[in-house]
Amino acid sequence: MKNSLVFLLCFVSFTLFSQQEEKHDSTALNIDEVIIIAKSKLNNYGEQKSLSSIDEFLERSNQISMIKRGSYAWEPTINNMVSDRLNVTIDGMQIYGACTDKMDPVTSYVDVSNLDKVVITSGQEGTENSNCIGGSIDMVLPSSNYSNAGWKTNIDLGYESNGNYLASGMDVRYSGKKIFGSADVIFRKAGNYRAGGGEEVQFSQFQKINSSFQLGYLLSENHKLEAFMIYDKATDVGYTALPMDVSLAEAKIISLTHFYHNKKNKLYQWQTKVYMNSITHVMDDTKRPEVPIHMDMPGWSDTYGFYSKINYRIGKHHLLFNFNGNHNRSIAEMTMYPNDPTENDMFMYTWPDVKTKYGGLYIKDHFMIDNNNSISLNGRLGIHVNRIDNKVGLQSLQIYYPTMEVSRQRALNSLSLNYEWKHNAYKIEIGGGYGERAPSVSEGYGFYLFNSFDNYDYIGNPFLENEQSLESSLKINYNKNKLSLEGRGSYFYIRNYIIGQINPDLVAMTIGADGVRVYHDLPSATIFSSSLSGSYKLNDELVLKASLGYNYGKGSNKEDLPLVRPISYLLEMNYNHKRLTGIIRFRGDGNQTHYSMDYGEDETPAYSVLDVSSGYKWIGDKNVVILKVGIDNILDKKYSTYSDWNNIYRQGRNVFMNLSYLLR
Amino acid sequence: MNFKHIFSIALVSLLLFSCEKDIEPVVEPVTQASNQLTLVQEFENGEQTIEVYTKSGFFYTGYNEISIKLKENGSYVNDFTFSWMPIMSMMTMNHSCPKSTIQHKEGDWFQGYIVFQMTGMDSSGWNLEFTYTLDGVEYTVNEDIEVMQSARQNVTVFTGTDSVKYVMALIEPKHPEIAINEMVVGLYTMQSMMMFPKVENYTITLDPRMPSMDNHSSPNNTDLVFHPEDGFYRGDLSLTMTGYWVLNHKLINEEGEVLKGDDVTDTNLQSSLYLELEF
Repeated sequence: MKNSLVFLLCFVSFTLFSQQEEKHDSTALNIDEVIIIAKSKLNNYGEQKSLSSIDEFLERSNQISMIKRGSYAWEPTINNMVSDRLNVTIDGMQIYGACTDKMDPVTSYVDVSNLDKVVITSGQEGTENSNCIGGSIDMVLPSSNYSNAGWKTNIDLGYESNGNYLASGMDVRYSGKKIFGSADVIFRKAGNYRAGGGEEVQFSQFQKINSSFQLGYLLSENHKLEAFMIYDKATDVGYTALPMDVSLAEAKIISLTHFYHNKKNKLYQWQTKVYMNSITHVMDDTKRPEVPIHMDMPGWSDTYGFYSKINYRIGKHHLLFNFNGNHNRSIAEMTMYPNDPTENDMFMYTWPDVKTKYGGLYIKDHFMIDNNNSISLNGRLGIHVNRIDNKVGLQSLQIYYPTMEVSRQRALNSLSLNYEWKHNAYKIEIGGGYGERAPSVSEGYGFYLFNSFDNYDYIGNPFLENEQSLESSLKINYNKNKLSLEGRGSYFYIRNYIIGQINPDLVAMTIGADGVRVYHDLPSATIFSSSLSGSYKLNDELVLKASLGYNYGKGSNKEDLPLVRPISYLLEMNYNHKRLTGIIRFRGDGNQTHYSMDYGEDETPAYSVLDVSSGYKWIGDKNVVILKVGIDNILDKKYSTYSDWNNIYRQGRNVFMNLSYLLR
Repeated sequence: MNFKHIFSIALVSLLLFSCEKDIEPVVEPVTQASNQLTLVQEFENGEQTIEVYTKSGFFYTGYNEISIKLKENGSYVNDFTFSWMPIMSMMTMNHSCPKSTIQHKEGDWFQGYIVFQMTGMDSSGWNLEFTYTLDGVEYTVNEDIEVMQSARQNVTVFTGTDSVKYVMALIEPKHPEIAINEMVVGLYTMQSMMMFPKVENYTITLDPRMPSMDNHSSPNNTDLVFHPEDGFYRGDLSLTMTGYWVLNHKLINEEGEVLKGDDVTDTNLQSSLYLELEF
């Protein structure tokens, strides 16, 4: 607590010492990357299919690598760090998956039709909504507008040859003078896909429906109220790399937001939101031909919370205050049915009814020293409490931890400083920070969670310390005439790195597992993530793009960390002339020389893939039609990447077609 | 502006206090302990009636906690001494079983326990005789009783390597939970057909396994050790999930010799000395 007060004091004094009267509109938030989603539907850049899933959008990012356990619901990672170290939110709302095996990262509960854009930040700059270490992904919902433009309708149809994948969506929007409304629905269905060479990848089918509704009311010139609801339901989802599939993954997300906006005021923006989300996730093994024992594994995750964000301008300072709180309840069960029908069913909790309460305050000050220099300081203090009210749940963990108490409270701190310098064609950003994060529900309280990657059962540890991270980052941009270059690197030194360690005295519960790992604190780990990218305009129509990524991760036990991306590269040629666009893309990873055998990784060979696509746009008086056609993996290469669970193969050749119709 | 603003925030904060959403997981399948006692049988003896109660309303093989009341001329009496003798008639001989003395508990209630180590066809074979002295007069009464066969093996009879016949009965946990449970076992020798005294100062090892789950065990079990204050054996029984468990034991005497039972291995899936538990 004392440390946190110090942070706040540093912060406040910094602001006081640099007051000066000056008008500035800059609200740069030191965001690393923004992926535009909604508007990409309305343009004909073949780069993105209109009906790509969120996962495909995220994969295009330099910062994000996706872990794939099947054809559906990939887990995004930033800086080689998985979801436990990140903060993934929907428009600032905390939401947590309900699956003990990470089959449902929260990105799987929204769809492209719900979102306006995705904002990605790395490291401590991602602590706007919660304490984290690796960074944040905020899926931003569209804002209501009152332009009185009337009705707008959009219909999309998509088909992909690989897996016989069909997607269709429709959205309707009404914008009045005081009222705004929008509704959309999207439906996706795919069968098993084929890897390069034609081999069918079993249990890779999925089916989902997603709908969202938004209602906005303009209270006055500066005030508006918005209600939002998302309903997402996936059924019959196969997970090739795992021993079970999913029969139901359902999310209900609702929020009510009040906006105040007045450019002339010092307090120019105030946003308050209350929200609730409820996730049900049911695993299912009935479609698998041989199971050692049949089991049902349902999970539930309910979260409700609020935030209130204030943007305040004083002199050259742009301040952001975010006061937020949320409460989550996570429960997951396992019921096993013995082969002998006269025996009782076997039941246990895998997430023993864990409640998490969080409250925090975030303050950011972006100070424009002058046109070329700016500095930003941000800090977050959070109080995090875990509690197990359920007697059976508590007793199951007390088998391992007899002295474990019902609740545990943690204080989480974050502080970071970033400096940006601009001069002619150059822009340099340098930053450093310190942050902490609490263990996740699985890491702290998991009970025999089977990890098919390394074939071990995992047991949580309620006595884990907070992970602490010291980070530094450097980003250099060069933009002149036809050439634009960017080089960035982030270095993390993490103490109390949470990872599973084999306990030879324990016996596995899952039939066929090699043993039991218990989560423990590794004294330290270092992670380095970097990329170099550039684009060169050959002429008015042609742009050449290239990027190269390098990553490194090692624990204090001298072992390579698992899931660290090998050298990755991308080479792309974009063509753009009037209504026609085209892309040829060559991408791949180098050989995975650093991998962790201990954690079930094996050496993944290098691969490269060629994609081709194009788009055409017809613009009429009242309507717009966009057609995108392309072939991914045109050479039908058979490959898998370092993050494909159990080395499942990725898609072979895939011919896709997207047709969008927009009516105004 | 200010008022509208505050009003909207207030409206929005009302939602904050909405009830927590209901989660619909299955309520864990553990039966609740009930303090109710159910009458099993009445023993009529002219002017007196002995009422015998158990929680379930039946006698079962294994350890039975029994509560008794004596009624004389319509009203309960508790100022007397009481003893009992359960006897099973078999083809070639009669034998009794381990039992406690009958103790006066409180009010009109008397309590004791009987360990029925077996039962006959159709739950028959056992007879229970009560002997009591009221106002200086000794009375006896006996009746045939039904002892139901327990679904799972909660009592076992065996001969040790010392050629002694033993009876071992599971007493606790009566309502097992997913937790570290206190396990209590009664251990007796068959000194004669009628005498089953407690065995003292031995050790009973414990290795609980789930045959349906690849015979996996659980962590943090302890051996059962003798407790002189009540003569029973106590230890920690770790149960990680509900279902059918086999409690594998080894009986070790004061000299450290294994009298019965063996280690569970990949090839020896069950000890020759075991009890069963299912919840």
